Amino acid sequence: MAALDTDALGTWVREYARAVTEHREELTELDSAIGDADHGTNMHRGMTAAVAALDATPPADAAALLKTVAMTMISKVGGTSGPLYGTFFLRMSGALDDGSPAAFAAAFRAGVDGVVARGKAELEDKTMVDALLPAADALTAAVEAGQELDAALRAAADAAATGRDSVTPLVARKGRASYLGERSAGHVDPGAASAVLLVEAAATTLPGS
Amino acid sequence: MKKLINDPADVVDDALRGMAAAHPELRIDAEHRVVFRGDAPVAGKVGLVSGGGSGHEPLHGGFVGLGMLDAACAGEVFTSPVPDQMVAATQGVDAGAGVLHIVKNYTGDVMNFEMAAELVAAESGTEVVAVVTDDDVAVQDSLYTAGRRGVGVTVLVEKLAGAAAEEGRPLAEVAEVARRVNGQGRSMGMALTSCTVPSAGKPTFDLPAGEMELGVGIHGEPGRRRVPVAPAREVAEMLLEPVLADLDFTGGDGVLAFVNGMGGTPLLELYVVYAEVQAVLAKAGVTVARSLVGSYMTSLEMAGCSVTLLKVDDELIRLWDAPVRTPALRWGV
Repeated sequence: MAALDTDALGTWVREYARAVTEHREELTELDSAIGDADHGTNMHRGMTAAVAALDATPPADAAALLKTVAMTMISKVGGTSGPLYGTFFLRMSGALDDGSPAAFAAAFRAGVDGVVARGKAELEDKTMVDALLPAADALTAAVEAGQELDAALRAAADAAATGRDSVTPLVARKGRASYLGERSAGHVDPGAASAVLLVEAAATTLPGS
Repeated sequence: MKKLINDPADVVDDALRGMAAAHPELRIDAEHRVVFRGDAPVAGKVGLVSGGGSGHEPLHGGFVGLGMLDAACAGEVFTSPVPDQMVAATQGVDAGAGVLHIVKNYTGDVMNFEMAAELVAAESGTEVVAVVTDDDVAVQDSLYTAGRRGVGVTVLVEKLAGAAAEEGRPLAEVAEVARRVNGQGRSMGMALTSCTVPSAGKPTFDLPAGEMELGVGIHGEPGRRRVPVAPAREVAEMLLEPVLADLDFTGGDGVLAFVNGMGGTPLLELYVVYAEVQAVLAKAGVTVARSLVGSYMTSLEMAGCSVTLLKVDDELIRLWDAPVRTPALRWGV
Protein backbone atom coordinates (compact mmCIF):
# COMPACT_ATOMS: atom_id res chain seq x y z
CA MET A 1 0.00 0.00 0.00
CA ALA A 2 1.27 3.44 -0.88
CA ALA A 3 1.54 6.35 1.50
CA LEU A 4 -2.10 7.40 1.40
CA ASP A 5 -3.72 4.43 3.05
CA THR A 6 -6.80 4.17 5.23
CA ASP A 7 -4.86 5.24 8.32
CA ALA A 8 -3.47 8.35 6.66
CA LEU A 9 -6.85 9.51 5.37
CA GLY A 10 -8.41 8.67 8.74
CA THR A 11 -5.87 10.94 10.42
CA TRP A 12 -6.80 13.71 7.98
CA VAL A 13 -10.52 13.33 8.68
CA ARG A 14 -9.93 13.27 12.45
CA GLU A 15 -7.73 16.36 12.26
CA TYR A 16 -10.45 18.14 10.28
CA ALA A 17 -13.03 17.16 12.90
CA ARG A 18 -10.72 18.51 15.59
CA ALA A 19 -10.16 21.74 13.66
CA VAL A 20 -13.86 22.46 13.05
CA THR A 21 -14.53 21.77 16.71
CA GLU A 22 -11.73 24.14 17.71
CA HIS A 23 -13.01 26.82 15.29
CA ARG A 24 -16.68 26.06 15.88
CA GLU A 25 -17.56 29.38 17.48
CA GLU A 26 -15.48 31.36 15.03
CA LEU A 27 -17.28 29.70 12.07
CA THR A 28 -20.67 30.37 13.64
CA GLU A 29 -19.60 33.95 14.32
CA LEU A 30 -18.69 34.44 10.65
CA ASP A 31 -22.00 32.87 9.65
CA SER A 32 -24.00 35.10 11.96
CA ALA A 33 -22.51 38.15 10.24
CA ILE A 34 -23.68 37.15 6.74
CA GLY A 35 -25.70 33.95 7.08
CA ASP A 36 -27.80 32.15 9.65
CA ALA A 37 -25.39 31.53 12.50
CA ASP A 38 -25.14 27.76 12.32
CA HIS A 39 -22.09 26.83 10.26
CA GLY A 40 -19.79 26.00 13.16
CA THR A 41 -22.51 24.07 14.96
CA ASN A 42 -23.40 22.08 11.84
CA MET A 43 -19.82 21.24 10.84
CA HIS A 44 -19.02 20.23 14.40
CA ARG A 45 -22.08 17.98 14.55
CA GLY A 46 -21.36 16.39 11.18
CA MET A 47 -17.65 15.76 11.60
CA THR A 48 -18.07 14.50 15.17
CA ALA A 49 -20.66 12.04 13.87
CA ALA A 50 -18.32 11.06 11.00
CA VAL A 51 -15.50 10.24 13.42
CA ALA A 52 -17.94 8.30 15.60
CA ALA A 53 -19.07 6.31 12.54
CA LEU A 54 -15.45 5.49 11.66
CA ASP A 55 -14.85 4.35 15.25
CA ALA A 56 -17.99 2.21 15.28
CA THR A 57 -17.23 0.45 11.99
CA PRO A 58 -13.60 0.64 10.89
CA PRO A 59 -13.67 1.04 7.09
CA ALA A 60 -12.20 -1.68 4.87
CA ASP A 61 -10.23 0.72 2.68
CA ALA A 62 -9.61 4.40 1.97
CA ALA A 63 -12.55 4.71 -0.41
CA ALA A 64 -14.92 3.20 2.18
CA LEU A 65 -13.57 5.63 4.76
CA LEU A 66 -14.33 8.65 2.60
CA LYS A 67 -17.76 7.23 1.75
CA THR A 68 -18.61 6.85 5.45
CA VAL A 69 -17.66 10.48 6.03
CA ALA A 70 -19.77 11.51 3.00
CA MET A 71 -22.89 9.60 4.03
CA THR A 72 -22.61 10.89 7.60
CA MET A 73 -22.36 14.50 6.43
CA ILE A 74 -25.32 14.04 4.07
CA SER A 75 -27.50 12.36 6.68
CA LYS A 76 -26.54 14.35 9.78
CA VAL A 77 -25.86 17.93 8.80
CA GLY A 78 -28.61 19.38 6.61
CA GLY A 79 -28.37 22.94 5.43
CA THR A 80 -25.96 23.49 2.55
CA SER A 81 -22.80 22.23 4.22
CA GLY A 82 -24.21 18.67 4.56
CA PRO A 83 -24.88 18.06 0.87
CA LEU A 84 -21.82 20.03 -0.27
CA TYR A 85 -19.21 18.45 2.01
CA GLY A 86 -21.03 15.12 1.60
CA THR A 87 -20.76 15.40 -2.17
CA PHE A 88 -17.08 16.35 -1.85
CA PHE A 89 -16.19 13.22 0.13
CA LEU A 90 -18.48 10.99 -1.96
CA ARG A 91 -16.96 12.05 -5.29
CA MET A 92 -13.50 11.81 -3.79
CA SER A 93 -14.25 8.31 -2.59
CA GLY A 94 -15.43 7.28 -6.05
CA ALA A 95 -12.39 8.75 -7.76
CA LEU A 96 -9.70 7.47 -5.38
CA ASP A 97 -7.56 5.22 -7.51
CA ASP A 98 -4.49 4.22 -5.51
CA GLY A 99 -2.43 5.76 -2.73
CA SER A 100 -0.21 7.90 -4.94
CA PRO A 101 -0.04 11.69 -4.64
CA ALA A 102 -1.28 12.01 -8.23
CA ALA A 103 -4.31 9.84 -7.41
CA PHE A 104 -5.01 11.92 -4.31
CA ALA A 105 -4.79 15.14 -6.32
CA ALA A 106 -7.16 13.73 -8.96
CA ALA A 107 -9.61 12.54 -6.29
CA PHE A 108 -9.47 15.91 -4.55
CA ARG A 109 -10.30 17.60 -7.84
CA ALA A 110 -13.20 15.21 -8.42
CA GLY A 111 -14.52 16.17 -4.99
CA VAL A 112 -14.26 19.87 -5.78
CA ASP A 113 -15.96 19.36 -9.16
CA GLY A 114 -18.79 17.64 -7.27
CA VAL A 115 -19.19 20.66 -4.99
CA VAL A 116 -19.31 22.97 -8.01
CA ALA A 117 -21.94 20.79 -9.70
CA ARG A 118 -24.13 20.43 -6.60
CA GLY A 119 -23.99 24.06 -5.53
CA LYS A 120 -23.83 25.64 -9.01
CA ALA A 121 -21.40 28.22 -7.68
CA GLU A 122 -18.69 29.88 -9.73
CA LEU A 123 -15.46 31.54 -8.70
CA GLU A 124 -16.06 34.89 -6.98
CA ASP A 125 -19.61 34.00 -5.95
CA LYS A 126 -18.03 34.07 -2.48
CA THR A 127 -18.50 30.47 -1.39
CA MET A 128 -16.36 27.49 -0.38
CA VAL A 129 -15.57 27.07 -4.09
CA ASP A 130 -13.33 30.14 -3.87
CA ALA A 131 -11.08 28.24 -1.46
CA LEU A 132 -11.43 24.76 -2.98
CA LEU A 133 -10.84 25.47 -6.68
CA PRO A 134 -7.52 27.33 -6.17
CA ALA A 135 -6.48 24.57 -3.75
CA ALA A 136 -7.22 21.88 -6.37
CA ASP A 137 -5.30 23.83 -9.00
CA ALA A 138 -2.28 24.35 -6.72
CA LEU A 139 -2.31 20.71 -5.66
CA THR A 140 -2.44 19.40 -9.23
CA ALA A 141 0.30 21.80 -10.40
CA ALA A 142 2.63 20.95 -7.50
CA VAL A 143 2.15 17.19 -7.86
CA GLU A 144 2.70 17.39 -11.61
CA ALA A 145 5.88 19.41 -10.97
CA GLY A 146 7.12 16.44 -8.96
CA GLN A 147 6.78 17.93 -5.48
CA GLU A 148 6.31 15.71 -2.44
CA LEU A 149 2.68 15.48 -1.34
CA ASP A 150 3.22 17.39 1.91
CA ALA A 151 4.78 20.30 0.01
CA ALA A 152 2.01 20.14 -2.60
CA LEU A 153 -0.66 20.21 0.11
CA ARG A 154 1.09 23.13 1.80
CA ALA A 155 0.81 25.00 -1.52
CA ALA A 156 -2.84 23.94 -1.77
CA ALA A 157 -3.63 25.13 1.77
CA ASP A 158 -1.96 28.47 1.09
CA ALA A 159 -3.92 28.81 -2.17
CA ALA A 160 -7.15 28.02 -0.30
CA ALA A 161 -6.42 30.70 2.29
CA THR A 162 -5.55 33.21 -0.43
CA GLY A 163 -8.78 32.33 -2.23
CA ARG A 164 -10.81 32.77 0.96
CA ASP A 165 -9.24 36.17 1.61
CA SER A 166 -9.54 37.31 -2.00
CA VAL A 167 -13.34 37.11 -1.90
CA THR A 168 -13.75 38.78 1.49
CA PRO A 169 -14.18 42.23 -0.12
CA LEU A 170 -16.69 40.87 -2.67
CA VAL A 171 -20.48 40.76 -2.62
CA ALA A 172 -21.87 37.22 -2.13
CA ARG A 173 -23.91 35.83 -5.04
CA LYS A 174 -24.90 32.41 -3.68
CA GLY A 175 -26.46 31.12 -0.48
CA ARG A 176 -28.00 33.13 2.30
CA ALA A 177 -25.21 35.70 2.33
CA SER A 178 -26.35 36.79 -1.14
CA TYR A 179 -29.49 38.31 0.39
CA LEU A 180 -27.28 40.92 2.06
CA GLY A 181 -26.16 42.38 -1.24
CA GLU A 182 -23.54 45.07 -0.65
CA ARG A 183 -23.66 44.39 3.07
CA SER A 184 -21.92 41.03 2.56
CA ALA A 185 -18.77 42.77 1.30
CA GLY A 186 -15.95 42.90 3.83
CA HIS A 187 -16.98 39.71 5.64
CA VAL A 188 -15.09 36.42 5.46
CA ASP A 189 -17.22 33.70 3.86
CA PRO A 190 -17.85 30.97 6.46
CA GLY A 191 -17.92 28.17 3.86
CA ALA A 192 -14.58 29.28 2.44
CA ALA A 193 -13.22 29.43 6.00
CA SER A 194 -14.23 25.83 6.80
CA ALA A 195 -12.88 24.70 3.41
CA VAL A 196 -9.47 26.21 4.25
CA LEU A 197 -9.49 24.17 7.48
CA LEU A 198 -10.11 21.03 5.39
CA VAL A 199 -7.09 21.62 3.16
CA GLU A 200 -4.98 22.81 6.09
CA ALA A 201 -5.82 19.56 7.94
CA ALA A 202 -4.59 17.60 4.91
CA ALA A 203 -1.37 19.63 4.78
CA THR A 204 -0.61 19.03 8.46
CA THR A 205 -1.42 15.30 8.53
CA LEU A 206 -0.78 13.63 5.19
CA PRO A 207 2.72 12.22 4.70
CA GLY A 208 5.28 13.50 2.24
CA SER A 209 5.72 10.58 -0.05
CA MET B 1 -30.51 33.70 26.69
CA LYS B 2 -33.79 32.93 28.43
CA LYS B 3 -35.73 30.13 26.75
CA LEU B 4 -38.22 27.49 27.82
CA ILE B 5 -36.03 24.58 26.87
CA ASN B 6 -34.17 21.73 28.55
CA ASP B 7 -31.00 21.70 26.50
CA PRO B 8 -30.30 23.61 23.25
CA ALA B 9 -29.22 20.33 21.61
CA ASP B 10 -32.59 18.69 22.36
CA VAL B 11 -34.99 21.45 21.32
CA VAL B 12 -36.27 19.81 18.13
CA ASP B 13 -36.65 16.31 19.60
CA ASP B 14 -38.30 17.62 22.76
CA ALA B 15 -40.77 19.71 20.73
CA LEU B 16 -41.64 16.72 18.53
CA ARG B 17 -42.29 14.65 21.67
CA GLY B 18 -44.64 17.40 22.79
CA MET B 19 -46.42 17.44 19.43
CA ALA B 20 -46.85 13.69 19.57
CA ALA B 21 -48.32 13.93 23.05
CA ALA B 22 -50.64 16.82 22.20
CA HIS B 23 -51.81 15.45 18.85
CA PRO B 24 -52.58 11.74 18.97
CA GLU B 25 -54.21 12.13 15.56
CA LEU B 26 -50.71 12.57 14.10
CA ARG B 27 -48.02 9.91 13.87
CA ILE B 28 -44.55 11.13 14.64
CA ASP B 29 -41.47 9.26 13.48
CA ALA B 30 -39.04 10.43 16.15
CA GLU B 31 -36.04 8.74 14.55
CA HIS B 32 -36.47 10.57 11.23
CA ARG B 33 -38.10 13.64 12.72
CA VAL B 34 -41.11 13.38 10.44
CA VAL B 35 -44.67 14.37 11.38
CA PHE B 36 -47.17 12.16 9.51
CA ARG B 37 -50.92 12.31 9.14
CA GLY B 38 -52.19 9.50 11.33
CA ASP B 39 -53.94 7.87 8.37
CA ALA B 40 -51.06 8.25 5.87
CA PRO B 41 -50.73 6.97 3.21
CA VAL B 42 -54.26 7.94 2.18
CA ALA B 43 -55.49 5.61 -0.56
CA GLY B 44 -55.73 7.20 -4.01
CA LYS B 45 -54.49 10.58 -2.83
CA VAL B 46 -51.39 12.48 -3.94
CA GLY B 47 -49.07 12.79 -0.95
CA LEU B 48 -47.89 16.26 0.08
CA VAL B 49 -44.52 16.51 1.80
CA SER B 50 -42.85 19.66 3.02
CA GLY B 51 -40.22 20.45 5.56
CA GLY B 52 -37.55 22.86 6.52
CA GLY B 53 -35.55 24.10 9.42
CA SER B 54 -37.30 24.20 12.79
CA GLY B 55 -38.03 27.54 14.43
CA HIS B 56 -40.87 28.52 12.05
CA GLU B 57 -43.69 26.77 13.92
CA PRO B 58 -46.45 26.05 13.23
CA LEU B 59 -44.84 25.66 9.77
CA HIS B 60 -44.55 22.83 8.69
CA GLY B 61 -45.55 20.17 11.25
CA GLY B 62 -48.55 22.19 12.40
CA PHE B 63 -50.01 21.97 8.92
CA VAL B 64 -50.09 18.18 8.75
CA GLY B 65 -53.57 16.73 8.57
CA LEU B 66 -56.70 16.49 6.47
CA GLY B 67 -56.70 19.04 3.66
CA MET B 68 -53.05 20.06 3.96
CA LEU B 69 -49.77 18.13 4.30
CA ASP B 70 -49.36 14.38 4.63
CA ALA B 71 -45.92 14.70 6.17
CA ALA B 72 -43.48 17.36 7.34
CA CYS B 73 -39.75 16.95 7.98
CA ALA B 74 -38.24 18.93 10.84
CA GLY B 75 -34.63 20.03 10.50
CA GLU B 76 -32.43 21.53 13.18
CA VAL B 77 -33.33 25.12 14.03
CA PHE B 78 -33.03 27.17 10.81
CA THR B 79 -31.26 24.27 9.08
CA SER B 80 -32.74 22.24 6.26
CA PRO B 81 -33.71 18.66 7.06
CA VAL B 82 -31.55 15.94 5.50
CA PRO B 83 -32.38 13.68 2.52
CA ASP B 84 -32.92 10.59 4.74
CA GLN B 85 -35.84 12.36 6.41
CA MET B 86 -37.39 13.42 3.12
CA VAL B 87 -37.03 9.90 1.73
CA ALA B 88 -38.77 8.45 4.82
CA ALA B 89 -41.55 11.05 4.51
CA THR B 90 -41.99 10.50 0.78
CA GLN B 91 -42.15 6.71 1.08
CA GLY B 92 -44.45 6.97 4.08
CA VAL B 93 -47.10 9.03 2.26
CA ASP B 94 -46.94 7.43 -1.19
CA ALA B 95 -50.25 5.71 -1.91
CA GLY B 96 -49.44 5.16 -5.56
CA ALA B 97 -50.65 8.55 -6.81
CA GLY B 98 -47.27 10.25 -6.49
CA VAL B 99 -45.83 12.78 -4.07
CA LEU B 100 -45.51 16.57 -4.22
CA HIS B 101 -42.55 18.18 -2.47
CA ILE B 102 -43.21 21.75 -1.36
CA VAL B 103 -39.81 23.39 -0.93
CA LYS B 104 -39.02 26.91 0.22
CA ASN B 105 -36.33 28.54 -1.90
CA TYR B 106 -33.28 28.37 0.31
CA THR B 107 -30.09 26.84 -1.05
CA GLY B 108 -29.94 24.12 1.61
CA ASP B 109 -33.60 23.14 1.37
CA VAL B 110 -33.48 22.94 -2.41
CA MET B 111 -30.26 20.90 -2.40
CA ASN B 112 -31.45 18.41 0.22
CA PHE B 113 -34.87 17.92 -1.43
CA GLU B 114 -33.11 17.39 -4.79
CA MET B 115 -30.86 14.74 -3.27
CA ALA B 116 -33.89 13.10 -1.64
CA ALA B 117 -35.77 13.01 -4.96
CA GLU B 118 -32.72 11.37 -6.59
CA LEU B 119 -32.59 8.78 -3.80
CA VAL B 120 -36.34 8.05 -4.04
CA ALA B 121 -36.04 7.65 -7.81
CA ALA B 122 -33.15 5.23 -7.34
CA GLU B 123 -34.95 3.17 -4.71
CA SER B 124 -38.57 3.04 -5.84
CA GLY B 125 -40.96 3.93 -8.58
CA THR B 126 -42.59 6.75 -6.62
CA GLU B 127 -43.24 9.75 -8.82
CA VAL B 128 -42.04 12.97 -7.17
CA VAL B 129 -42.68 16.52 -8.35
CA ALA B 130 -41.14 19.46 -6.51
CA VAL B 131 -42.57 22.97 -6.38
CA VAL B 132 -40.26 25.65 -4.99
CA THR B 133 -41.82 28.72 -3.37
CA ASP B 134 -40.10 32.08 -3.89
CA ASP B 135 -42.46 34.94 -3.06
CA ASP B 136 -40.28 37.34 -1.06
CA VAL B 137 -40.11 40.63 -2.95
CA ALA B 138 -37.50 41.93 -0.50
CA VAL B 139 -34.88 40.14 -2.59
CA GLN B 140 -34.47 42.55 -5.48
CA ASP B 141 -31.66 41.16 -7.55
CA SER B 142 -32.65 37.55 -8.18
CA LEU B 143 -29.98 37.15 -10.86
CA TYR B 144 -27.05 37.74 -8.50
CA THR B 145 -28.48 36.07 -5.43
CA ALA B 146 -29.87 32.66 -4.53
CA GLY B 147 -33.19 34.07 -5.79
CA ARG B 148 -36.28 35.16 -3.93
CA ARG B 149 -36.91 33.38 -0.67
CA GLY B 150 -39.92 31.22 0.05
CA VAL B 151 -41.97 32.85 2.79
CA GLY B 152 -45.68 33.43 3.53
CA VAL B 153 -47.01 32.01 0.29
CA THR B 154 -45.74 28.59 1.40
CA VAL B 155 -48.56 28.38 3.96
CA LEU B 156 -51.09 29.18 1.24
CA VAL B 157 -49.55 26.63 -1.17
CA GLU B 158 -49.80 23.94 1.51
CA LYS B 159 -53.47 24.76 2.14
CA LEU B 160 -54.57 25.14 -1.48
CA ALA B 161 -52.58 22.27 -3.01
CA GLY B 162 -53.59 20.20 0.03
CA ALA B 163 -57.27 20.84 -0.73
CA ALA B 164 -56.72 19.94 -4.39
CA ALA B 165 -55.06 16.66 -3.37
CA GLU B 166 -57.90 15.93 -0.94
CA GLU B 167 -60.32 16.16 -3.89
CA GLY B 168 -58.45 13.25 -5.44
CA ARG B 169 -56.90 15.23 -8.26
CA PRO B 170 -53.80 13.81 -10.01
CA LEU B 171 -50.23 14.86 -9.21
CA ALA B 172 -49.83 17.07 -12.28
CA GLU B 173 -52.93 19.11 -11.34
CA VAL B 174 -52.01 19.38 -7.66
CA ALA B 175 -48.52 20.57 -8.66
CA GLU B 176 -50.09 23.06 -11.06
CA VAL B 177 -52.20 24.53 -8.26
CA ALA B 178 -49.07 24.86 -6.14
CA ARG B 179 -47.14 26.55 -8.95
CA ARG B 180 -50.00 28.89 -9.76
CA VAL B 181 -50.35 29.95 -6.11
CA ASN B 182 -46.62 30.62 -5.86
CA GLY B 183 -46.69 32.58 -9.12
CA GLN B 184 -49.63 34.72 -8.01
CA GLY B 185 -48.41 35.42 -4.47
CA ARG B 186 -45.96 38.01 -3.15
CA SER B 187 -44.72 38.79 0.36
CA MET B 188 -42.69 41.31 2.31
CA GLY B 189 -41.67 41.16 5.96
CA MET B 190 -40.19 43.33 8.69
CA ALA B 191 -38.63 42.84 12.12
CA LEU B 192 -38.65 44.91 15.28
CA THR B 193 -36.24 42.61 17.13
CA SER B 194 -33.84 39.80 16.33
CA CYS B 195 -34.30 36.15 17.20
CA THR B 196 -31.93 33.93 19.15
CA VAL B 197 -31.01 30.50 17.79
CA PRO B 198 -30.86 28.22 20.87
CA SER B 199 -27.50 26.69 19.95
CA ALA B 200 -25.99 30.12 19.29
CA GLY B 201 -27.26 31.56 22.57
CA LYS B 202 -27.33 35.17 21.49
CA PRO B 203 -29.33 37.31 19.06
CA THR B 204 -28.66 36.64 15.37
CA PHE B 205 -28.37 40.36 14.58
CA ASP B 206 -28.25 43.67 16.39
CA LEU B 207 -31.12 46.02 15.83
CA PRO B 208 -30.82 49.33 17.69
CA ALA B 209 -33.80 50.29 19.87
CA GLY B 210 -35.25 52.84 17.49
CA GLU B 211 -34.83 50.89 14.25
CA MET B 212 -36.59 48.17 12.34
CA GLU B 213 -35.39 45.88 9.53
CA LEU B 214 -37.51 46.14 6.41
CA GLY B 215 -37.58 43.08 4.14
CA VAL B 216 -36.21 40.73 6.79
CA GLY B 217 -36.07 37.00 6.07
CA ILE B 218 -37.47 34.30 8.33
CA HIS B 219 -34.02 33.37 9.64
CA GLY B 220 -33.07 36.88 10.62
CA GLU B 221 -31.43 37.49 7.24
CA PRO B 222 -31.24 41.20 6.65
CA GLY B 223 -33.64 42.82 4.27
CA ARG B 224 -33.68 45.86 2.06
CA ARG B 225 -32.88 48.49 4.63
CA ARG B 226 -33.04 49.69 8.20
CA VAL B 227 -35.42 52.49 8.97
CA PRO B 228 -36.64 54.24 12.13
CA VAL B 229 -39.53 52.48 13.86
CA ALA B 230 -42.80 53.88 12.48
CA PRO B 231 -46.52 53.63 13.28
CA ALA B 232 -48.35 50.51 11.98
CA ARG B 233 -50.04 52.67 9.33
CA GLU B 234 -46.70 53.53 7.76
CA VAL B 235 -45.31 50.02 8.21
CA ALA B 236 -48.29 48.61 6.27
CA GLU B 237 -47.55 51.05 3.46
CA MET B 238 -43.85 50.18 3.45
CA LEU B 239 -44.61 46.46 3.25
CA LEU B 240 -47.32 46.74 0.60
CA GLU B 241 -45.60 49.25 -1.67
CA PRO B 242 -43.04 46.75 -3.09
CA VAL B 243 -45.64 43.94 -3.16
CA LEU B 244 -48.11 46.00 -5.19
CA ALA B 245 -45.31 47.26 -7.43
CA ASP B 246 -44.25 43.69 -8.24
CA LEU B 247 -47.59 42.32 -9.43
CA ASP B 248 -50.92 43.82 -10.40
CA PHE B 249 -53.41 42.72 -7.74
CA THR B 250 -56.33 44.86 -8.92
CA GLY B 251 -59.41 43.50 -10.65
CA GLY B 252 -60.39 39.86 -10.99
CA ASP B 253 -61.80 38.09 -7.98
CA GLY B 254 -59.57 39.95 -5.56
CA VAL B 255 -56.91 38.73 -3.18
CA LEU B 256 -56.30 36.64 -0.13
CA ALA B 257 -54.58 38.98 2.34
CA PHE B 258 -52.37 37.28 4.91
CA VAL B 259 -50.82 39.15 7.82
CA ASN B 260 -48.34 36.85 9.48
CA GLY B 261 -46.68 37.26 12.87
CA MET B 262 -42.95 36.49 13.17
CA GLY B 263 -43.29 34.85 16.58
CA GLY B 264 -42.83 37.68 19.07
CA THR B 265 -45.64 39.99 18.02
CA PRO B 266 -49.02 39.73 19.76
CA LEU B 267 -52.19 39.09 17.77
CA LEU B 268 -53.45 42.46 19.03
CA GLU B 269 -50.73 44.18 17.00
CA LEU B 270 -51.26 41.90 14.00
CA TYR B 271 -54.89 43.08 13.84
CA VAL B 272 -53.71 46.69 14.08
CA VAL B 273 -51.53 45.97 11.06
CA TYR B 274 -54.33 44.13 9.26
CA ALA B 275 -56.65 47.14 9.56
CA GLU B 276 -53.98 49.31 7.94
CA VAL B 277 -53.31 46.70 5.24
CA GLN B 278 -57.01 46.59 4.38
CA ALA B 279 -57.05 50.40 4.17
CA VAL B 280 -54.00 50.57 1.90
CA LEU B 281 -55.49 47.88 -0.35
CA ALA B 282 -58.83 49.69 -0.57
CA LYS B 283 -57.03 52.85 -1.65
CA ALA B 284 -55.06 50.87 -4.25
CA GLY B 285 -58.24 49.37 -5.68
CA VAL B 286 -57.52 45.86 -4.46
CA THR B 287 -60.48 43.82 -3.21
CA VAL B 288 -59.94 41.41 -0.34
CA ALA B 289 -61.79 38.12 -0.90
CA ARG B 290 -60.32 36.18 2.04
CA SER B 291 -57.98 36.95 4.91
CA LEU B 292 -55.71 35.17 7.34
CA VAL B 293 -54.24 36.85 10.43
CA GLY B 294 -51.96 35.11 12.90
CA SER B 295 -48.48 33.70 13.51
CA TYR B 296 -48.23 30.85 11.00
CA MET B 297 -44.65 31.12 9.77
CA THR B 298 -42.44 32.39 12.51
CA SER B 299 -38.81 33.12 13.14
CA LEU B 300 -38.46 31.93 16.73
CA GLU B 301 -39.16 34.91 19.03
CA MET B 302 -38.57 37.61 16.44
CA ALA B 303 -41.02 40.51 16.75
CA GLY B 304 -42.41 41.73 13.46
CA CYS B 305 -44.72 40.66 10.69
CA SER B 306 -45.01 39.90 7.02
CA VAL B 307 -47.76 40.61 4.54
CA THR B 308 -48.61 38.19 1.74
CA LEU B 309 -51.05 38.90 -1.08
CA LEU B 310 -52.36 36.14 -3.33
CA LYS B 311 -54.49 36.76 -6.41
CA VAL B 312 -57.42 34.39 -6.16
CA ASP B 313 -60.17 33.14 -8.45
CA ASP B 314 -63.27 31.00 -7.90
CA GLU B 315 -61.25 27.81 -7.84
CA LEU B 316 -58.69 29.06 -5.30
CA ILE B 317 -61.45 30.49 -3.10
CA ARG B 318 -63.22 27.14 -3.15
CA LEU B 319 -59.96 25.35 -2.25
CA TRP B 320 -59.30 27.87 0.52
CA ASP B 321 -62.77 27.30 2.01
CA ALA B 322 -62.45 23.51 1.78
CA PRO B 323 -62.26 21.62 5.09
CA VAL B 324 -58.92 21.50 6.87
CA ARG B 325 -58.00 19.77 10.10
CA THR B 326 -54.44 20.36 11.29
CA PRO B 327 -53.00 21.53 14.62
CA ALA B 328 -52.66 25.13 13.35
CA LEU B 329 -55.43 25.56 10.75
CA ARG B 330 -58.83 23.96 11.09
CA TRP B 331 -62.20 24.82 9.69
CA GLY B 332 -65.14 23.23 7.93
CA VAL B 333 -64.81 19.91 9.75
